[in-house]
Amino acid sequence: MSTTEQPMTPGFEVDPAAFRHLADAQVNVELDTGDMILNMGPQHPATHGTLRLVVRLDGERVIAADPVIGYMHRGYEKLTEFRTYPQVTTLINRIDWLSSFANEVPFVHAAEQLMEIEAPPRAQYIRTALTELSRIATFLLFLGEMGLQVGALTPAFYGFRDREHVLNLIEAATGGRFHPNFNRIGGLKDDLPWGWIAETRNTMKIVLDACDVFEDLVVGNEIFQARTRSIGIIPGELGASYGVSGSNLRASGVDWDLRRDGAPYLAYPDLDFQVFTHPDGDSFSRYWVRLQETRESARMVLQLLDGMPAGPIMAKVPRIIKVPEGEAWVETENPLGQMGYYVVSKGATGPFRVKIRSASFSNVSILPWMLRGVYVPDVVTILASLYFILGDIDR
Amino acid sequence: MNALAVEIPWGVLLAIKAVVILAVVPLGALVLGYTFLLKMMSHMQSRLGPMDPGGFHGWFQLIGDGIKFLQKEDIVPDEADRRVFALAPTVVVISTFLIFVVIPAGPRLQVANLDVGVFYALAVSSLSVIGVLMAGWASANKFALIGALRAAAQLIAYELPLLLAVVGVVIQAGTMSLQGIVSAQQDGAIFGWSGIGNPFILTQFVGFLLFLIAAQAELTQTPFDMPVAESELVAGYMVEYTGFRFLFFFIGEFGTATAFAALAATLFLGGWSIPGVHGTAADLLGPLVLVLKLMAVAFLMFWVRFTYPRLREDQLQALAWKVLIPIALVNVIITAIIKVAI
Repeated sequence: MSTTEQPMTPGFEVDPAAFRHLADAQVNVELDTGDMILNMGPQHPATHGTLRLVVRLDGERVIAADPVIGYMHRGYEKLTEFRTYPQVTTLINRIDWLSSFANEVPFVHAAEQLMEIEAPPRAQYIRTALTELSRIATFLLFLGEMGLQVGALTPAFYGFRDREHVLNLIEAATGGRFHPNFNRIGGLKDDLPWGWIAETRNTMKIVLDACDVFEDLVVGNEIFQARTRSIGIIPGELGASYGVSGSNLRASGVDWDLRRDGAPYLAYPDLDFQVFTHPDGDSFSRYWVRLQETRESARMVLQLLDGMPAGPIMAKVPRIIKVPEGEAWVETENPLGQMGYYVVSKGATGPFRVKIRSASFSNVSILPWMLRGVYVPDVVTILASLYFILGDIDR
Repeated sequence: MNALAVEIPWGVLLAIKAVVILAVVPLGALVLGYTFLLKMMSHMQSRLGPMDPGGFHGWFQLIGDGIKFLQKEDIVPDEADRRVFALAPTVVVISTFLIFVVIPAGPRLQVANLDVGVFYALAVSSLSVIGVLMAGWASANKFALIGALRAAAQLIAYELPLLLAVVGVVIQAGTMSLQGIVSAQQDGAIFGWSGIGNPFILTQFVGFLLFLIAAQAELTQTPFDMPVAESELVAGYMVEYTGFRFLFFFIGEFGTATAFAALAATLFLGGWSIPGVHGTAADLLGPLVLVLKLMAVAFLMFWVRFTYPRLREDQLQALAWKVLIPIALVNVIITAIIKVAI
């Protein structure tokens, strides 16, 4: 058959000599579909916030994914330079808004380090308890949210419902559900309210029960396992080199928890707790690790309540706080991962420069690597399992 | 002889039938939507919102939702193919109406007793995917397009197990007429004992399960709701629809759920029949019995919907072709052998 006489289908540029029959050429032309660029976000339910993913798709398979961040940049590092130290805690509450209390701790610690004061033991214990409570609140939301992203509506409601109990505790102690702004340099604003400890014990039972429910409803579900096992694997070393931290890294088999391995802070040296790791590094193991950590946190809170010392909640601090000249770096294990503040002081009432190291920013930096070659539904499960907060990415 | 044996001119009869069918779909959608989506789901998921409006058990919620949909602005995207965009919800709902034509609610309460009733019902139920494809294509939205194509792929995969699941029933009843299948179950006997007739769920249990699973996929309900997958595709093929057009999809979704529940009840649970009740009494009780059985089946379908996560598209295809179809084929073969042997 002479290909030169046969008119080509208009619109397709194919070298006829490359095919034995024109029919082959036609088939190949038709199957070779172009890539599609799909904009996931800034408004997309899976990115819970304003993360934007520019995804290049071949059918449903992702060829390349580019996270675009910055839609929520609020310039907190710069804003801190125009605030006094007590005012800064209000700002940094809004970085990781789900576990605001845990955000305050490293900054206040850095300031205390520079001023060479230390909060009294009771304040340390209450801080630890509230940090762990905010971890529980954050993780309960994750445990439900992940179910939602995989397509099961029910866990999401259970997660929100049970988190509400924990938020009530935080509100009772601090006055704020989300943004407590409860830490003061040298201690805390107030002591615990009457009856709080008994109420917390009850709530921890609710939390432990909720964990069992999630274990049954989500972890034990075959479809959930089919959707998350061996999806979105982060190799431990690669994850560490990207700066992935917290539960995400522990789910990749890296046994590293700043509460145990970092410079001792709060009451963690007094506590007996287990650090969970999972060898697989996939979405499922990230869910599993967070589930175990929620349980462990509830147990830690119970330990803290048992060992809660009496005494003052504020150290002796001058009326107007001036931090002596110096630099301090404090990092803590926050619910989302490693959170650190590098505070540079020039002896004024406010910091000269603050560098905020937030966990989610580094955690999502591995996304382009992870999303290559997965299907569109997996993009959502991977995003959900990495568990980032937009405020924690963009600051 | 009996009360319904009056002469009605065929034109009036046709009008009555049309009105009944036109009423059944929205009513069924309302009942299912209300009972299961708003109330059962609220109980299962500890939802507070839908239990609140109006005071007692949130009875006002559905009305409030309806009012909300009517108030919404009707938005058509600039790039959309306007005519196709407007037509798509109608196509989806029409396919639902057509299924109800053959579902019997009593010995004489049926719009058309087709000899190929089962075949017809399953054929017209697939029409809805054309509406879905139209919606996805005409919306000029990538999320909608992906959702629509997923729906099409899903339909092709699950039409087969759905049909094969029904084949067992057809073999056993020896007819494709739904009325015939019902009477085969009513007048049948289990090893000579005819106390409860012979509902095919007992002998065709595998078929029943397959039918429910495949129906779940046809209805694009969890665990097979990838075409709408709100966490991935926002709302899939419905993403650009607002207000009343969206309400049409909603009615279509729950109307079709009603239709499939009614089909399952007819094929496997004996439809309108109560053993030993014939004639006018059956005509009067039939609709009630059918609705009860239908609700029982719908309860199962929605229970699954509220519990399970969503499969991935490739896993869904694997499940259909590698698991459901072989099981369905084996079921058909065994049924055929037993039918011939006895």
